[in-house]
Amino acid sequence: MNFSLLGWGNAGWGDEFLRGTAMTLAVATCAFLLSIVFGTIFAGAKLSRFRALQIVGDIYTTVLRGIPELLVIYLVFFGGGTLLRTIARSLFGFEGYVDLPVFATGVLCIGVSAGAYSTEVIRGAVLTIQKGEIEAARAVGMSTMLRFRRILVPQAARFALPGLGNVWQFALKDTALISIVSLVEIMRTAAIGAASTKEPFTFFITAFCIFLFLASISNRGFRMAETWAERGVRRE
Amino acid sequence: MDFELIAEAFPKLIGAVDETLILAFSSVFIGFFFAIPIAIMRLSKSRALSSLAYGYVYIFRSTPLLVQIFLIYYGSGQFRSFFEQIGLWILLKEAWFCAIFALMLNTAAYTSEIIRGGIQSVPWVQLEAARAIGMSGFLMFRRIIFPVAVRQALPAYGNELMLMVKATSLASTITIIEITGMAKKIIAETYRPIEIFLIAGSIYLAINFLISRGLVVTENWLNPHLGKRRTGKRLANAK
Repeated sequence: MNFSLLGWGNAGWGDEFLRGTAMTLAVATCAFLLSIVFGTIFAGAKLSRFRALQIVGDIYTTVLRGIPELLVIYLVFFGGGTLLRTIARSLFGFEGYVDLPVFATGVLCIGVSAGAYSTEVIRGAVLTIQKGEIEAARAVGMSTMLRFRRILVPQAARFALPGLGNVWQFALKDTALISIVSLVEIMRTAAIGAASTKEPFTFFITAFCIFLFLASISNRGFRMAETWAERGVRRE
Repeated sequence: MDFELIAEAFPKLIGAVDETLILAFSSVFIGFFFAIPIAIMRLSKSRALSSLAYGYVYIFRSTPLLVQIFLIYYGSGQFRSFFEQIGLWILLKEAWFCAIFALMLNTAAYTSEIIRGGIQSVPWVQLEAARAIGMSGFLMFRRIIFPVAVRQALPAYGNELMLMVKATSLASTITIIEITGMAKKIIAETYRPIEIFLIAGSIYLAINFLISRGLVVTENWLNPHLGKRRTGKRLANAK
């Protein structure tokens, strides 16, 4: 193994890996936030009174938790490109080649997959809120929006935090799959380096260690956030 | 929607189900036996053994499976002459071996935690009672710990099975043509991703649906005293 390959500058891959790590974090963060948006919408659908909305929520979580993320990525990347070119041709008369924005598409893929898990986390968190609290809020005359903002969200957020920590880990690990469609994040950097230096182990073990490091750091971050969120809660 | 294409692609994708199932079940099967010693180490009083097992679990749960697969399949190539010398290269050059090996190591980490949780869910008093009437360690394991732990761990293990079926799709990245690999191949030939995705996705859903049904049946069979779990509500309403 030749560790000088991981140095800085033109000969080393250290700076490339740093850039890859930044990209991975950017994709994971955006996808995680998107998954919370999806999670909130579909948890709302699953908890609603309307049968049709419940079914829509059920279909979303069942399908996206039952299908490999890689398949979702293939569908969006290949299907999305075709769709985009069709739109460009028919609406704007553009005959050239339109490429998908890789970053946004990658975020969408991971966000949609992780969103199915977020949905269950958020739904579970909302269900742990006692009915009496909502009734009390209604009794003192809070409007729906105010009830949502003052009673539901602060408590549900606290209950959901450990589960969302798992979703974050899941999103972080899933970013590696986007490398298959050539977004230059950690995994892609490692693959390019491995191919051009013929030292695959050196590069993939580096990627392995970076992911391990990111997971440990974020683990600690979430644990701190949990302690912070629980600061006003009495322990039995 | 191109139904001719669907009719043409369907048998091809069904043909790839074998590969997916072989990958999933062989890695889960070997991984289970690999997970038992890890769970036992994790529960042992020795600090060193327990942290060693925890380290293994932590590392494999914190890194993407794709990195693990690439590390084994491509990474081993860097030490080719060494592996040739000790005779392991015959195995490591095979994509199938590497895929099952990586999946196995990965699922063993998760499974060991499930087994540990199951064993820890056995109440202390039951163990004390077993000791009090003079059961030996092995008899206590067979009659008290195992039956309780299995029932406790089954739902989580079922989840792991379904996650593993999904995880096999990553084997397509190292040249194995299972369902996802076949889907990608057909998409590349026909440029009709939506139809192919619909079929491949439905196949995965069908496999996971069958596993979840099988699990409910097993749970009902193991817990006859609890009544039917999924149909229980309906029966209660009928009364």
